[in-house]
Amino acid sequence: MSTEAALDSLMEEARSITGSSQSKVRDSIVNSIYQTAENIASDVVSCTSPKRTDWDRKIDNILTSRVWGFPIMFGVLAVVFWVTIAGANVPSSMLAAGLFWIEDRLTGFFMAMHAPAWFYGFLVLGVYRGLAWVVSVMLPPMAIFFSMFTLLEDLGYLPRVAFNLDRFFKKAGAHGKQALTMSMGFGCNAAGIIACRIIESPRERLIATLTNNFVPCNGRFPTLIALASIFVAGSVSLSFSSALATLAVAGLVAFGIAVTLFVSWTLSKTLLRGEPSSFTLELPPYRKPLVGQVLIRSVLDRTIFVLGRAVVIAAPAGGLVWILANTMVGDASVLSIVAGWLDPMARFMGLDGFILLAFILGLPANEIVFPILIMSYVSGGTLMELDSLADLRYLLVDQHGWTWLTALCTLVFSLCHWPCGTTLFTIQREQKNWRWTVLAALIPTTAGVVACIMLNNLVCALGLVY
Amino acid sequence: MGLTSQSTGRSTTREIFNIKRNNNEPVIALAGNPNTGKSTLFNALTGLRQHTGNWPGKTVLRAEGSFIHNGRRYTLIDLPGTYSLLANSADEEVARDFICFAKPDATVVVVDATCLERNLNLVLQVMEITSKVIVCVNLIDEARRKKLRVDADKLSKKLGVPVITTAARSGEGLPRLMDVISDVVWGRLTPKPKLVRYTGEVEEAIARLEPKVRAAVGDGINARWVALRLLDGDTKLVQAMEKFLSEKEIVRVAQEVLA
Repeated sequence: MSTEAALDSLMEEARSITGSSQSKVRDSIVNSIYQTAENIASDVVSCTSPKRTDWDRKIDNILTSRVWGFPIMFGVLAVVFWVTIAGANVPSSMLAAGLFWIEDRLTGFFMAMHAPAWFYGFLVLGVYRGLAWVVSVMLPPMAIFFSMFTLLEDLGYLPRVAFNLDRFFKKAGAHGKQALTMSMGFGCNAAGIIACRIIESPRERLIATLTNNFVPCNGRFPTLIALASIFVAGSVSLSFSSALATLAVAGLVAFGIAVTLFVSWTLSKTLLRGEPSSFTLELPPYRKPLVGQVLIRSVLDRTIFVLGRAVVIAAPAGGLVWILANTMVGDASVLSIVAGWLDPMARFMGLDGFILLAFILGLPANEIVFPILIMSYVSGGTLMELDSLADLRYLLVDQHGWTWLTALCTLVFSLCHWPCGTTLFTIQREQKNWRWTVLAALIPTTAGVVACIMLNNLVCALGLVY
Repeated sequence: MGLTSQSTGRSTTREIFNIKRNNNEPVIALAGNPNTGKSTLFNALTGLRQHTGNWPGKTVLRAEGSFIHNGRRYTLIDLPGTYSLLANSADEEVARDFICFAKPDATVVVVDATCLERNLNLVLQVMEITSKVIVCVNLIDEARRKKLRVDADKLSKKLGVPVITTAARSGEGLPRLMDVISDVVWGRLTPKPKLVRYTGEVEEAIARLEPKVRAAVGDGINARWVALRLLDGDTKLVQAMEKFLSEKEIVRVAQEVLA
C-alpha cells in the first residue's frame, strides 16, 4: 500500500474514532496544552516585588485614546516629514554636486576620446544624468525616512498606529493591518505591496494592494515638496517655508489617506465583497530601539534594495527621454509633438500636454516625472536641475502660464495616477494575475482623472482663475 | 551522533526548502512567538552573514544566516514568528513544515521571559514534533526590570530540554546558547522532552493510531504527533506529508539517475 493511501485510510480511522465530537477532541487537545503551559509557568516564574506602576499601559492609554490618538499620530507623521524634507536637502545637493562633478569628468573623457555626439549625448546626458538625478533626489530622503520609520517600528509605536486606524479600515470593510502596509507605502509603494503579505485573507490583501498607491512614495515626495514650496510657500520668508511646505504635504497625505479609505470602502462594497476579518493585535512593550542595528538593517534591506531597482529602471528611461527630445521631425522634437496630441485632454484636466506626457514617460519611476517636465519645457534636450526654486517659479508661472490651479491639479494627479513600473511589477509578482495588475493601474488613474476634471471645471466655473 | 544519519534522505528534503547542501553544516531553526526578540537574536548570532528571500511557493519572508562556533559553521534559519503550529496561517504552516520535514539538527524556541505562560504553548508543540529542542528564555533583562524571576533550572527539569536565559539586545547568554546548540547538534547532550499528557480518551486514541502511523510513514516523522494531528482533523498535514514524502522520493530518484 502506498504512503498516500495508507494516510488516507488512517485519516478515515481517526475520523471514526472521534466521530461527531471532532471539535470537542480538538478543544480538549488545545486545553491540555494550555493547562500544561500554565502549570509550568506558575511553577517557574516568581515576582520579587509588589505590582509596580505599569508605564506601558499608561502610555498606551494616551497614544491610543480617542481624543489624543490622532493628533499625536499626525504630529509624529509631520515631524517625520519635516526631518525628511529639511534633512535631505543638504546631502541631496552634496550628492548632486558630486555626481555632476563626475559627469564633467565623463564629458572630458568622451571629448578626449572623440566619441560621436549622439553616443556621448545618449550615454552621458541621457542615461548617466537620469541616474544621477534619481540617486541624488531619492537616496537621502529614503535613507532618512526608512531609518526613522524603522526606529518607530523598533520603539513599538507602529502597532499603536495600526490600533488607531483599525476601526476606520474596519468600517471601510478592510483589514486593520492595512494601516501598516499603507504606512510602508510612504517609503515606497513596491515595498508597501510586499508588506501586504502580512494580511492573511486574500480579499483584504487585494484591497490593500489595490489602494496602496494612494499614498505618495519617496519618489513622489520631491515633486510634491517642490510644487508646494513654489505655490504655497512662495511668498513667505525662507525659514518659514519648509514648515509651511511640510503642512501642505501633510494635508496632501491626509487627502491620500481619505481616498484610500474611500476606495477601500467602495471595493469592499462592490468587487471584493465580504466581512472584515478580525485579528488580534498585540501591543508589544515599548523598547529602547537598537539604533545601530536599525540603521544597518534599514539601509541594507530597504534603502539599497529599493534604490537598486529604481536605478535599473531609471537608466534606460533617461536614455529614452534623451532620444525623444533630440529626434526632430521638421522643426519640433518628437517630445513636443506628442505633448501636442495630449494637450486637449490634459487641458480639460487642468494640466497641459507636457505635464501629462511627463507622467506617462515617468512610468518607470516616479522621481523622473518632474525632471522630464522641466526638460521638455526648456527643450534643452536633456534632464537638468534648476538652481533655485525662483528659477523654477519663473519657468512655470511666467513662461508656461501655470496658475495655482495647474499646480493643484498636478499635485492631485501625482497622488492619484498609475503606480510606477516597479510597483506594477511587484503587484504582478505578488498576485500572479494580470487582471489585478491592470486594475491596480486603472483605479488610481480613474480617480485622478475624475478628481482633476471636477476640480478644474468647478474652479473655472466659479471664475476663481483667469 | 545526529549527523551520521544525514544520508540522502534528509538533505533531499532540505533541498525542497532551498537549503544548500553544504555537507556537514548543521541546520538550526529559530522558532518563537512574535515580539520575543527572535529577529534580534538572529541578527546578534549571525551578524551580517545573512540573506533574505521567500519560502518556496509562499509569500512569507525567510531569513537565513550562519554563525561560526569553535571553528564550525552552523546555518541558522529564522522561521516566521507564530503563536502555535496548528497551521492556521501560511506562517504557521511554513514553520511547522520546516521543523517536521526539513528536520533541523536543533530547534531553538525563543520565548519572552515576561510572558512565559503564553510562549510555552509553542514550546510544548515544537517538542511534540522534534526532541532536539533548546528553549531560549529571551528578554531576561526586561523581566529583571519588571522584577520577574524565571527559574531556568526548574523550567529545564519540567520540560526535559535545555533552557538558556538570554538578553539578545546586549548579547547576554549568547555564548552559552551557542555552546548548548553545538552540544545538542553533536550529540553531547540529548534533550528528553516531557510531552503533554492528554485526557484519557485522547491518549487512548493516540495509542491506537500511533503504531499504524509508524507503519505508514516510517520513523522519519514523529508518529505520536501525526496521530494527534489526525485526531485533530488536520487535513493540511496529510497533504503536506503526501507532498514532501513524494517530492523527496522524486528528488532522490533523480539524483540516483544523474549519479
